[in-house]
Amino acid sequence: MEDINQKVINKVIKIAKKKEAKFPESYIYDIAEAYDRRELTDKELETLIFRIKKAYEHSKVESGEAIGTVAAQSVGEPGTQMTMNTFHYAGVVELNVTLGLPRLIEIVDARKTISTPTMVIYFDEDHRFDEEFVKKTASTIAKITINDVLDDFHVDYGQMNVEIVVSPEKVKEKHLEFDDIILDIEKSFKKHIINIDDEDYSITIAPKLDKRTKNGIQIRDVRLLADKLRNLQISGVKDVNRVIIRKDEEWVLHTEGSNLKAVLKMNGIDKVRTTTNNIHEIYTVLGIEATRNAIIKEALNTLDEQGLSVDIRHIMLVADMMTVDGAVKSIGRHGISGTKSSVLARAAFEETGKHLLHASIRGEVDELTGIIENIIIGQPIPIGTGSVSIMMKNK
Amino acid sequence: MNGTKIYINGELIGKCENPEDFVSKMREKRRSGEVSEEMNITYYDKTSEIYVFNDPGRARRPLIIVKDGVPLLKDNHIQEIIEKKLKWDDLIGKGIVEYLDAEEEENSYIAMGLNDLNEDHTHLEIDPSTMLGICAGIIPFSNHNSSPRNTMEAGMTKQALGLYVSNYMHRTDTRAHLLHQPQTPMVKTRITNVTDYDERPSGQNFVIAVMSFEGYNMEDALILNKSSLERGLARSSFFRSYEIFERKYPGGQEDKFEIPGKGVRGYKSEKAYRYLDEDGIVNPESYVESGDVLIGKTSPPRFLEEIDEFGSANEKRRETSVTVRNGEKGIVDAVLLIETVEGSKLTKIRVRDTRQPEFGDKFASRHGQKGVVGLILSQEDVPFTENGVVPDLIVNPHAIPSRMSVGQVLEMVAGKAGCIKGERVDGTPFNQNIEEEIKMSLTDNGFESTGCESLYNGMVGERIEAEIFVGVAYYQKLHHMTTDKMYARSRGPVQVLTKQPTEGRAREGGLRFGEMERDCLIAHGAALALKERLLDESDKYEAIICGECGMLSVHDKIRNKIYCPICGEVDSFPVEISYAFKLLLDELKSLCVFPKLILEDKA
Repeated sequence: MEDINQKVINKVIKIAKKKEAKFPESYIYDIAEAYDRRELTDKELETLIFRIKKAYEHSKVESGEAIGTVAAQSVGEPGTQMTMNTFHYAGVVELNVTLGLPRLIEIVDARKTISTPTMVIYFDEDHRFDEEFVKKTASTIAKITINDVLDDFHVDYGQMNVEIVVSPEKVKEKHLEFDDIILDIEKSFKKHIINIDDEDYSITIAPKLDKRTKNGIQIRDVRLLADKLRNLQISGVKDVNRVIIRKDEEWVLHTEGSNLKAVLKMNGIDKVRTTTNNIHEIYTVLGIEATRNAIIKEALNTLDEQGLSVDIRHIMLVADMMTVDGAVKSIGRHGISGTKSSVLARAAFEETGKHLLHASIRGEVDELTGIIENIIIGQPIPIGTGSVSIMMKNK
Repeated sequence: MNGTKIYINGELIGKCENPEDFVSKMREKRRSGEVSEEMNITYYDKTSEIYVFNDPGRARRPLIIVKDGVPLLKDNHIQEIIEKKLKWDDLIGKGIVEYLDAEEEENSYIAMGLNDLNEDHTHLEIDPSTMLGICAGIIPFSNHNSSPRNTMEAGMTKQALGLYVSNYMHRTDTRAHLLHQPQTPMVKTRITNVTDYDERPSGQNFVIAVMSFEGYNMEDALILNKSSLERGLARSSFFRSYEIFERKYPGGQEDKFEIPGKGVRGYKSEKAYRYLDEDGIVNPESYVESGDVLIGKTSPPRFLEEIDEFGSANEKRRETSVTVRNGEKGIVDAVLLIETVEGSKLTKIRVRDTRQPEFGDKFASRHGQKGVVGLILSQEDVPFTENGVVPDLIVNPHAIPSRMSVGQVLEMVAGKAGCIKGERVDGTPFNQNIEEEIKMSLTDNGFESTGCESLYNGMVGERIEAEIFVGVAYYQKLHHMTTDKMYARSRGPVQVLTKQPTEGRAREGGLRFGEMERDCLIAHGAALALKERLLDESDKYEAIICGECGMLSVHDKIRNKIYCPICGEVDSFPVEISYAFKLLLDELKSLCVFPKLILEDKA
């Protein structure tokens, strides 16, 4: 875009103004570029702008168009087809990601906890092709438990303790330090007796006699301790379980589980392209505009993946509705449909009794401006041909 | 871990140390008769569990037991069976044949035929086709069909008209269909021998040409030869029985069969009663149409009448006659006069209606190839073969390839060969080597072995360029008929509560303009078309609203005054709303909610 002459751009803007065409900025650039490349004459440019204006205005939605209903139908119809082919899981090698109808429902419902959160982590220009760095980052992100670095594990019911032997090779392989592991253990098991043998990397833990275990240490206590110890996380980002390293054009990490905030703080990561499929996380970390884009992207990808093509504008409308008031709202009882201003519209959707009761208590007034209300009372709906009316001239 | 768990009918009852031994011992006991032959036992080594079942409701099937690669059923047994010395139960009792359920099949290795048999087999199939049930067993060459088609046919054959019972003339089924002149199928299966299908067949052998014809058999439509129909092909009768008795009421009153007098409340027209005999019941063989009374009946009044000016209670009886159902017609087939257990007069009336095939009636072959009649063509116009054979039915070739119902093609060739030879063909599935035989008998009689023939256009007599596949197949008339479904309404009855049109054909109801249809009109922005559908054509209502309080006003027709029950005679305005909305307002009021309509001038 920089190579296009500012003069040309100004010229296009001028003609566009003359033709009363209101184009988005990118159109102006495109026209200017075409003018430059095709070496058009001024007259040709004028015709071009005129024609584009015509086509542009033709493609605009007319006022009174029922865009909401059309969007609902356009998303709903492919939705019925999705139920039929039941491949709702697919993904990167070993990574399972919810797809298809369940995923679409998840997006539209704006679920707080989604069934398969996953991240795609990109690296910045310096580290994009640095295999060593990528692998190191991966190991710091991935969840590692004590169980992953063990050589031997033994529950001794005679001594009522748990003995573990840490493998130095495995520790090194995972880019960890033995001392760090001990620190982690000591931090998490403050109420236990810990014996560490630095020589052969063995650690013995036993429950301490206290108020809770005054009747003596039960087998159950030792077993619980053993489970807790084995699952103790010694490295990795919270909520991220596994990391899969892939190389397509560049090195990319795919994760099972998601924690965008923590990952974005790390070094060498491309903060622009790194993303998650958890819409609520995007909302808390990046804000509402990003959320809107995430909804559009996720919904469109889900549909695309099933081989269904829905015009992006329908999905954009859905995303807009979900994010207009600055917070993510679901589509349904607790979101858009449940917060409509009209009592009759809400009562017609779900929880009829509740809405009528509350309306009667508060003395709500229904202005009868919506569609459903007017269908209920039997008036022409204020959309399409019903959106025009006659006004008498005031003399 | 320690021992295999044993479940009986899904309940854990114990463990055993040596499962293999235990299971085989149990099976021995079953075969020797020590344990009921209905017991089935299965051992799952992966989960180390033994399942024993002896409860009802399991599908089981018989198999010949095999020991060391040799079936226990020997030639001498077969000889004895032929001589009728040995019966089926004896075979089970001797431990030659046993029934397996789906569970125990998991533990067995079943040989399809004698040729496949080896040392490892535990059972031998009596015949491969015993795996099929009654419905699927009717399908000839079903092993050549794709499985969905067989499934569909198994479902459809239950809808076929036929000779459903042989004492139909003594029965009063509420509704019954009966096929005139049913035929036994030209191509039969051995399973139909067992089920006595030939005794109660449900179809007829049609001569079929597979070709397109003027586009009238697109999308599975069928073209029928009119003359064939006039000769009685696929003709059927429909019987409907009506039943009513003279009910006795507490207080000594009772219903009475009679021709209702003109004074009776709810008196229909004189015309409706014209077929009634003196006793108030129709005469047999009279032609009746919907609305005609079959049994004239009057009932005592529901409430005690007011005492009239002369001081006597004027009893006015109600008309409660039985009429012919809406949309039906027919000839009174039988009138039965009997008594109920209480001794009241009981009448059953059977009305018969002949159904000649017409446009839209549904037919199906035995291979899941269903279709509706798209054209009834005069015999003169139907293409004919060199020998002058005119097919009864023309089906579209597009119906075959994508559905892979090769069985139908085979049936048609086999049917044709059978017709020539004058004997029925065995089309039992998994029966090999029948193809050559069919081909032979066709070529021997001067036909193409493929079943194709030259056809001549019935209208102009030109030879049709392509060779047309002609054969004989068994077709079934299914009980979905146009007369039972055809319906339209412009005006008609409405519901009392909502003033909306009633629902359903039997109630002369409207065709529902549903939610999705509504959404479509919204999407098109057709606001006034939508209003017309949902209001003008449905439950339009002019409500009078009080301008003061916003509640419904009352129109006193006697004094011709409009007043509001709350505010008195203030300004009220007529507003066009749906009656359903008025009802909503009324119901809200009954819940002590006070909905008010705020009126404004129309913008």
